[in-house]
Amino acid sequence: MDKNFTARRRRDLIIAAVLAALAALAPLFVRDVYVQNILILTLMYAALSQSWNILSGYCGQISLGHALYFGIGAYTTELLFTKFGVLPWFGMVGGGVIAALIAMGLGYPFFRLRGHYFVIATIVIAEIGLLLFQNWEWAGAAMGITIPVRGDSWLKFQFMRSKLPYFYFALGLCSLAWFVTWWLEDSKWGFWWRAVKDNPEAAESLGVVVFNSKMGAAAVSAFLVAIGGAFYAQFLAYIDPESVMGFQFSLLMALPAVLGGIGTLWGPVLGAAILIPMTELTRSYIGGSGRGVDLIVYGTLIVLISLALPQGLVSLFSRTKSKGATR
Amino acid sequence: MGLLYGLIAVGLALIFGLMDVVNFAHGEFLMIAMYVSFFLFTFFAIAPLLSAPLVAAALFVLGAVVYLLIVRFAMRAKANAGMVQIFSTFGLAIVMRGLAQFFFTPDYRSIPQSWFGGKTISVAGIFLPEPQLIGALVSILAFAGLYFFIHRTDFGRALEATREDPGAVALVGIDKNRVFALGWGLGAALVGLAGAIMASFFYIYPDVGASFALIAYVTVALGGFGSVFGAFAGGIIVGLVEATTALVLPPSLKSVGIYAVYLLVVFIRPRGLFGSM
Repeated sequence: MDKNFTARRRRDLIIAAVLAALAALAPLFVRDVYVQNILILTLMYAALSQSWNILSGYCGQISLGHALYFGIGAYTTELLFTKFGVLPWFGMVGGGVIAALIAMGLGYPFFRLRGHYFVIATIVIAEIGLLLFQNWEWAGAAMGITIPVRGDSWLKFQFMRSKLPYFYFALGLCSLAWFVTWWLEDSKWGFWWRAVKDNPEAAESLGVVVFNSKMGAAAVSAFLVAIGGAFYAQFLAYIDPESVMGFQFSLLMALPAVLGGIGTLWGPVLGAAILIPMTELTRSYIGGSGRGVDLIVYGTLIVLISLALPQGLVSLFSRTKSKGATR
Repeated sequence: MGLLYGLIAVGLALIFGLMDVVNFAHGEFLMIAMYVSFFLFTFFAIAPLLSAPLVAAALFVLGAVVYLLIVRFAMRAKANAGMVQIFSTFGLAIVMRGLAQFFFTPDYRSIPQSWFGGKTISVAGIFLPEPQLIGALVSILAFAGLYFFIHRTDFGRALEATREDPGAVALVGIDKNRVFALGWGLGAALVGLAGAIMASFFYIYPDVGASFALIAYVTVALGGFGSVFGAFAGGIIVGLVEATTALVLPPSLKSVGIYAVYLLVVFIRPRGLFGSM
């Protein structure tokens, strides 16, 4: 491994640690609940997008059906909690494991598909999940589940008075997703994934087990997204199929990574840090009229960014960096 | 219903399948078409089925403009071309929905008892509502026309050649942007036709497109990319599957059958039924 690469990785780790530490201090200065809310959502989407990026960015298998895993995480947690009194922490991990298993079960037939056929298959499977949950009476059908209030406690991961615990959990999840990506980037898997993305035939001929690589990426990605789903359910204290499994969600997970830079370590975080506050602010400041002006502004920005910076915002940084390197 | 799905899908098949460009705003094209039809009816009292050519013309312009303003640039992206196309057209879809909400308000609208709506025709003992029947006929004609257009005219050949190799096409004097702008216009015009027909028996509201767009993608992929006949066959299959599922499962689950059939087909034949790519 050349020295630059190792140095860059060490630098990335330090930057991440500093950013996480700064973020951890943020609540000291931000007292406003509305702003805290935006911060929590930003961290959550950064974590989700980072997880999505593992399968779709690094391994190149564009999935627009990750809402399925998100929903499974949310539903596993809440069904276990409301029906059997199992603590959300167990439900969270259980949901992650179930999502990872489903991802691998689906991967078995799905990974034979290529290009648009694969993308459409992922959309369709999430849509089937959505329809099934909407019609599943025991799981609340389209009405969803309201999570009963049992008082503030870390044990039950439920807080009514303050949003701070949610903030720290979201920060932790985001850091975890980032760290997993960072760690995988330099692992055998990371190299395999990039090889699979660039040219699966060539990778296969050089001894990369393409199929297993895709399965691994899908499992890790689904596990982390499901944890995010469990968190979101506890955070909102109410879930229904449309709000945790809708198609919009799959796109919202992909969008930060695409805007920030798909298949890059920093892309999802950067994308989420810009996109999510932008979404929330346009919604609350100009969306009040209910006449869709927020949608017009938001959509226009997405069009402009994706056309102007096809490689994502990260490319702005690397351009200046590569100039420095050649000097 | 299947033939209508087919008609929505065939416009997409042209854009998505033949030009290999992802268009996430397809459902919104349909929505705009339905509104155009609605306003032609409200202000000029032109019955939806008669206004179809006008709506198609309007959508032709819209499609060409969208190509020239957005898609042309999205196709230039050297990295992640697919994602750039997905998200630029997705952004466009959001803008179009926002515009529809702004100008037309989110209210549900419908065209009150159109000229020959409500009447039914009995064919061999089966009763069919008239607008649907006419819609089906228009669909078949449009398919035949498009099939002829793609396979028998110079423009159709130019379109396919441009997708295969834009560089070589430029050498023989074909303007890529002109061909693709016309292709987009044509694709949108077909959706316009579908929208005009559907306006007579569907509610019209800003989000109406979303529910049909996914089925259109599935239809195109089921039939196979690059095949007009595939989209037509896909549409009929989707319509039949939907009707059959509705008999077995509760109506709210009718789409599940369509999705399941898609998955089944691509697992067995990863290129769709008649796909060439």
